[in-house]
Amino acid sequence: MSENFEPNIVAFLCNWCSYAGADLAGTARISYPPNVKVIRVMCSGRMNPSFVINALQQGADGVLISGCHPGECHYMEGNYIARRRFTLIKKLMEYIGIEPERFRVSWVSASEGEKFKNVIAEVTEDIRKIGQMKQLKREV
Amino acid sequence: MRKKIGVYVCHCGVNISATVDIEKVCKLASGLPGVAAAKDYTYLCSDPGQELIKKDIKELGLEKVVIAACSPRMHEQTFRGTCEEAELNPYCLEMANIREQCSWVHKEKDKATRKAAALISASVAKASLLEPLSEKEVDVIPKALVIGGGISGIQSSLDIADAGFGVYLVEKDPSIGGHMAQLDKTFPTLDCSACILTPKMVDVYRHPNIELLTYCEVISVDGFIGNFKVKVRKKPRYVNINKCNGCGACAEACLLKGRIASEFEAGMGKRGAIYVPFPQAVPLVYTIDSEKCLFLRKGKCGKSPACKAACGPEAIDFEQKEEIIELEIGTIVVATGFDVFPAKEKPEYGYDAYSNVITGLEFERLSSASGPTFGKIKIGGKEPEDVVFIQCVGSRDKELGNEYCSRVCCMYTAKQAHLVREKLPNANITVFYIDVRAFGKGFEEFYDRVKKEGIIYRRGNASEVYRRGEKLIVRAEDTLLGEALEVETDLVVLSTGLVQRDVGELKNALRLSQSSDRFFLEAHPKLRPMDTATAGVYLAGCCQGPKDIPDSVAQASGAAAKAIVPLATGKVKIDPIISFVDENICRGCGICITTCPYDAIELKEITRDGYPVEVAFVNDVLCKGCGACVASCLSGAIQQRSFTDEQILSQITALGVE
Repeated sequence: MSENFEPNIVAFLCNWCSYAGADLAGTARISYPPNVKVIRVMCSGRMNPSFVINALQQGADGVLISGCHPGECHYMEGNYIARRRFTLIKKLMEYIGIEPERFRVSWVSASEGEKFKNVIAEVTEDIRKIGQMKQLKREV
Repeated sequence: MRKKIGVYVCHCGVNISATVDIEKVCKLASGLPGVAAAKDYTYLCSDPGQELIKKDIKELGLEKVVIAACSPRMHEQTFRGTCEEAELNPYCLEMANIREQCSWVHKEKDKATRKAAALISASVAKASLLEPLSEKEVDVIPKALVIGGGISGIQSSLDIADAGFGVYLVEKDPSIGGHMAQLDKTFPTLDCSACILTPKMVDVYRHPNIELLTYCEVISVDGFIGNFKVKVRKKPRYVNINKCNGCGACAEACLLKGRIASEFEAGMGKRGAIYVPFPQAVPLVYTIDSEKCLFLRKGKCGKSPACKAACGPEAIDFEQKEEIIELEIGTIVVATGFDVFPAKEKPEYGYDAYSNVITGLEFERLSSASGPTFGKIKIGGKEPEDVVFIQCVGSRDKELGNEYCSRVCCMYTAKQAHLVREKLPNANITVFYIDVRAFGKGFEEFYDRVKKEGIIYRRGNASEVYRRGEKLIVRAEDTLLGEALEVETDLVVLSTGLVQRDVGELKNALRLSQSSDRFFLEAHPKLRPMDTATAGVYLAGCCQGPKDIPDSVAQASGAAAKAIVPLATGKVKIDPIISFVDENICRGCGICITTCPYDAIELKEITRDGYPVEVAFVNDVLCKGCGACVASCLSGAIQQRSFTDEQILSQITALGVE
């Protein structure tokens, strides 16, 4: 693996908590690595497991999903639904031989800009250690 | 591919352009599939910026617009308006957040530029698949609910009611008034708190548009802005409020008279099992404390309950049961207030150990002419010779997790020190402080006046309070002199801060978030301080953060104004970003129905290829647009508008190839 490997990570953030938390980190100018690119969804419950696999196929080296803390979902129970699905995704990844660590879930509230930074820094380092995603990547 | 997408990149002054190479990003964007024009401008949200977009929409016949600028949470509404003015459907807009989530958080220009380009390409990919949506309008029930009857809730209720709309004011305690009713004088003007509050309480009671629901709690909130369905629990008072005339004969007769710590007196005074919290209570009707009343607890109170025998109008009703009432509401103001920091969490100050260590609120009752000592500063029957105030108890304390300043303690301490000086001219008064924050109108002048009244302000937090003989010793470090010191005293007043109170299920029922200080989170700290993330729910007073009375009243009037807008317009638009079903694909399995948290989906029968089949059907008004059903659908038949699988996958692809 090249020394300069910069992981490409796709993050799905819920609109109400984690996306707002990410905005707060921005407003507070809390800097973090630029490897994570965000797709906004209204709720982590919107996350179709296939999005995770698809992202890895399309060239992402890791996927992050972040939503409201359990019990604090803007849509009452979306993040509980999401949490159940995430367990399945991890199992599926193990089954098909992809490091489950490439997929990470976190709960970041709208007031946790600092936590968002930490999550991004950690996930970037973790994926950097695992290395490039090659197994699923579609050759162009 | 038709080239009908316009990309607009904002410099935001130098907020974006200092870290993102705008020219490069524009050039890359102009090469993306479907892009007709990629332009940059210093401030897109300005008038000329918006004009530029509007002109292009018309002249180039743009069908989609991508704005690369700040967060959509900031300006999505602005640019939707821009599109609408140029007769483009507002939902044909997609924003790329290259400020909050790019230029403001990254330092290296080349990397930030690459990320911005990737975010823009994802937005362009999604925009090309966006579809025009139409907003549905629904009628608004012209009534507001105000939760909490402290000064904030009172002010909001009066403002909404004066505007001509019905208000339900729900208060959990037997009387409205809140903490303000407990205060003696208010800083910095030294107005008598009760004298300025009680007329407002009476106004609430008499207002034809306000229905007062005291001793009640909100237990559930369903529905959405304009059409909330709220369930309220009416706790049994065991007194018929229509018969009770507030004469007080029952309280005189109660066998437990003077034996139960009074909540209103902050434990400094006593009440009976049947009581009114304070003489000016609104409504002035008695309540039986079911946890204390001998008859309700043990089924026996002397030969027969003394209160019942004493009551002339026969208002006492031990058969009263809890009642659940349902209200239909247009908008909601949350004014649930605060709790005083529990002083026992700072055991080093000996609040639990010594009766002459009291909290600021307890001091208010001690000093109040209507309080248990009739306004005499006496502890254990004796006037103190030395009084010490300790500020910042429970505030600005990282160890407790209360990093915030409670904003009122500096000034109420100054006021209380002044009151001690007034009542005990010879007392030695010392105030220990970290910093004195006298920021409001007239505050600095008042603080200056108090300092000149022979009150010693010593900078430094007290570390410990302990007993030595008859006296208490306050140990502290004077950080200006750099020396440790001990002060003998007869009374320690802890300037306890304000903390968020536990409102139980209400927080989730209203889908409120909390900031790190645990107070309710406003939609935007600067520009939407009364709004919440839930449309139609507004915040007033200390539930949003510590505030003094003028700030609480100001915010309460603001929240009322916000709550009045939908009531006055009579219509609200329903967010069209909701789920819809492709009836040709749906096989009617019903998994989406079990997933939906709002019961917004049901099966309906249609005719497909000449055969009757069941398919899912989404109720537009009930659906809140979370998209959980979409992810659960096995056949991809149910989709969320503006967040379809196809649209999200297009973003993933764009970010993947990078």
